[in-house]
This record gives sequence, structure tokens and C-alpha cells, in this order.
Amino acid sequence: MVKILVHESTDTVGVATEDIKAGETAQGLFMDSQENIEIKALNDIPLGHKIALKDFAVDDTVIKYGHDIGRVVADIKAGDHVHIHNLKTKRW
Amino acid sequence: MSIPKFLGYRRENGKVGVRNHTIILPLDDLSNAASEAVANNIKGTMALPHPYGRLQFGEDLELFFRTLIGTGTNPNVAAVVVIGIEPEWTGRVVDGIAESGKPVKGFSIERDGDINTIAKASRQAMEYVQWASELQRVECSMDELYVSTKCGESDTTSGLASNPTVGNVFDKLNEMGATTCFGETSEIMGAELVCKERAASAEVGEAFMRTFNAYNDIILANKTDDLSGSQPTKGNIRGGLTTIEEKAFGNLQKIGKKSRYVGVLKPAEAPTGPGMWFMDTSSAAAEAVTLWAASGAAVHLFPTGQGNIIGNPILPVIKLSANPLTCRTMSEHIDLDVSAILKGELTLDEAGDQLIDMILRTCNGRLTAAEALGHREFVLTKLYISA
Repeated sequence: MVKILVHESTDTVGVATEDIKAGETAQGLFMDSQENIEIKALNDIPLGHKIALKDFAVDDTVIKYGHDIGRVVADIKAGDHVHIHNLKTKRW
Repeated sequence: MSIPKFLGYRRENGKVGVRNHTIILPLDDLSNAASEAVANNIKGTMALPHPYGRLQFGEDLELFFRTLIGTGTNPNVAAVVVIGIEPEWTGRVVDGIAESGKPVKGFSIERDGDINTIAKASRQAMEYVQWASELQRVECSMDELYVSTKCGESDTTSGLASNPTVGNVFDKLNEMGATTCFGETSEIMGAELVCKERAASAEVGEAFMRTFNAYNDIILANKTDDLSGSQPTKGNIRGGLTTIEEKAFGNLQKIGKKSRYVGVLKPAEAPTGPGMWFMDTSSAAAEAVTLWAASGAAVHLFPTGQGNIIGNPILPVIKLSANPLTCRTMSEHIDLDVSAILKGELTLDEAGDQLIDMILRTCNGRLTAAEALGHREFVLTKLYISA
């Protein structure tokens, strides 16, 4: 069953629609194309939180809703939990 | 594309409404008692008490009149009795509503007292409500509809599912040639440049930026703490939102993928034609929905995550949620459950079609959850202190 939704095909993070455990391989769905993906979670991803769909280096941009939602501040691997510890606004 | 039809009320000025209220509208706080007495005397009428209307001045006073006149003018209203303490401002509201061509009469309390005023106004209200009760619904087309939207008590399910469902509907309504409107000026912070780009022309985009910056200046001038610590909120962060941009883009999902807004409206200002509009509003639910009602909206779409329960006296507020917990624990407040999107069992396009169907049912007379529960939040926006 689908546990990750991705808004747009260009997005680089998805959102957990159920709690996902570290080590679990979760099914994901792109909401625009209806295509499926599969990704192995490296950390626990709580419901509503983001999971990386690719590797990121510091200063990379994260895309969600097809738009820039901030700057990477610590290296991220595909499957990592993406939140305030590794992503910051570019606003302040 | 076939444009759906429904049975609504086409008013004297050609605008289409979906309700047939006879309202008793107080000009000011002092006239609430008489207005409520009239509504109690005459069944089927509704008083709209509020706390303002005295010693306001300047732009704040203009907004006050625009809101009251707009409320009376809204096509969901069949007829209006206005009651005020004194005749002059009462007359200004009556004259403003009368421009729509609908029946309206004003009564003032000075030199007459509450009891005589209530008696006279009750006779008029009775005449209006009996007249209105004989009006028949007529076939109307969805492109004649004016639909507004704002979200509340948002969480990650809002950005994921319920807001994009509204966006899907906004794209469909705008393609039909309907009138739509969004706002929540302060909540766009973080996505304002993308919002500017969604304007139909560079001039409209600039007008949006001026409005956005002016609102932001007021917030910054009056803030008592660093907004970087409160946007997103602690609750947003606990729910998985990381940055203000992410929060704002989740909000902006409501305007769809294709639609471009054709103009920027002042609070409570009526759109002058079809298409999508931006209105300068607070992000507080009752204040914003009251402004949309005053701008003439006939139906409001309200996606919620944690379960905002707002309603409005004259504007049916359709609630949708994709949060399964909210849909289960607050089911009486939710008109449309779109939580199946989260499981990948419902596409946004299918959810949009379900919401269009709920709009049509509401237009045809189905009471919304908020209407059935008696939510009549009528909250005027006040710009600054009174004299």
C-alpha cells in the first residue's frame, strides 16, 4: 500500500502518509503522473514528515510542490528524514 | 465542456444566489437588541449582530460600510431590514443595498425607542419574509457562481490533499467561466514571488505585491516576537512542516495549477467580472469568510486539517478534510471526506469531481454541516482603533 505521496514529478522529497520505520521499503505515488516509486527509509519517518527521494549535498535546494522550499544544511541520503535538522528556509 | 446546472435564485441585479435569507442587519452594536427581537418575532428571518459601527473613521469606516452593504447585497439574501441608532448612517447602508434592486428598508431608534422600532421593523420583516418564501428557484449555470476559498487549522493533510482538491476545483470552475477568489494575505509569505507570477498580467502581479507588502509591514510594525520562531509554528513543525516556503506553497495549492488571477480586490470588494481574483484578507477564518460574503460569494470552500468548525450566516461554508482522524472524530463538521487520497485510492481529479458534486448539492439546497449546526460567525474586520 502507498505510504508516501509525492506532489509533482519534479519534487525531490515525498511525504509519509503513515508512520514509516527505519529499514522499511515503502511504496510511493506521484500524485500528478500516478506513477509508483519504492524507497527504503533510512530513519523513522513520522506521518506528515518528509523523506528524501535522492541524495543531497549542503547548499542544495529541496523541491516540493514543484517549488524551492529551502536549502540543505547537512548532507542527506535518499531515504533520510528531511526536517529542521537538515533543511532551512532561505528566508532568514 | 458541459457546464453543470443547479436550481438557484437569480436576483434583481442578475447575480446568482443559493440561499434565500431575509436578514435583519444592525447598523451598529446598539441596534443588536432590536434586530434580534425582530428576528425572534418573525420566523424565518435572521439577525446578524456585530460589535461595531460607532465612531469609526477613514479607511476603517469605508471598509465597515462596504462590508455591511455587501452583506445585504449578497445574492444569498432576498431582502433586508436595517436597524440603526440614527437615521443618517442607517440610510447610507439602505441606499447602498438598494442599488442591487432588492427590497430593503431602514429603521432608526432615536426619537422612537426600541419597542416602537421593533414593532415597525417586525411588520416590514414579516412582509419581506412572506414575499421571499414564495420566490422559486430557477435553473442557473455553474459559470454564474462566485466561489471563494480559504483553509483553516491546516496540517500536512491540507497541503497534501484537501488544498489541492480545492485547487483542482478552482481550475475546473475557472475553465467554466465562473468567478473564484482566494486571499489570506499574510499566509502567502514564503510563496509571494510565485503568487505574483500567477497573476494574469504584470500590473496585477505588482498590485498583489503592493498589497502583500503593505500587510506585511503592519505585521512587522506590531510584532512582539521574532516571526522566524513562529512561522512555521511549533505545531506545524511537529506535524512535519519545515520551512515557511513549504507552508505557503501548501496553502497556495488551493488556486490550482492553471488558473491565473485577473485582479486584486480590497477587503469586501466585489469582483467586477468572471475569473479568479485575489482579495486582501486576514487569515483568521471568520473575518475572512465574512469579507468574502460581503464581496458577493455564494459558496465558500474550506479545507481543514485539524478541524476548523467555522460557518457564516449567509454564505454556505463547505468543509473538506483529508485527515482521517478529523473526519472520524469531528464527522458532523465535515461535508466531504477526501482522506482516501492519502492512501492512493482517490486521485486529486476524482476528489475534485466529488467536491464539484458537493458544491452542486449545496447550491440546490443541501444544508452544509456548518449551517445545520448553526454556525453563523459574522465578524467584521476592523483596521484600527475607533475615534
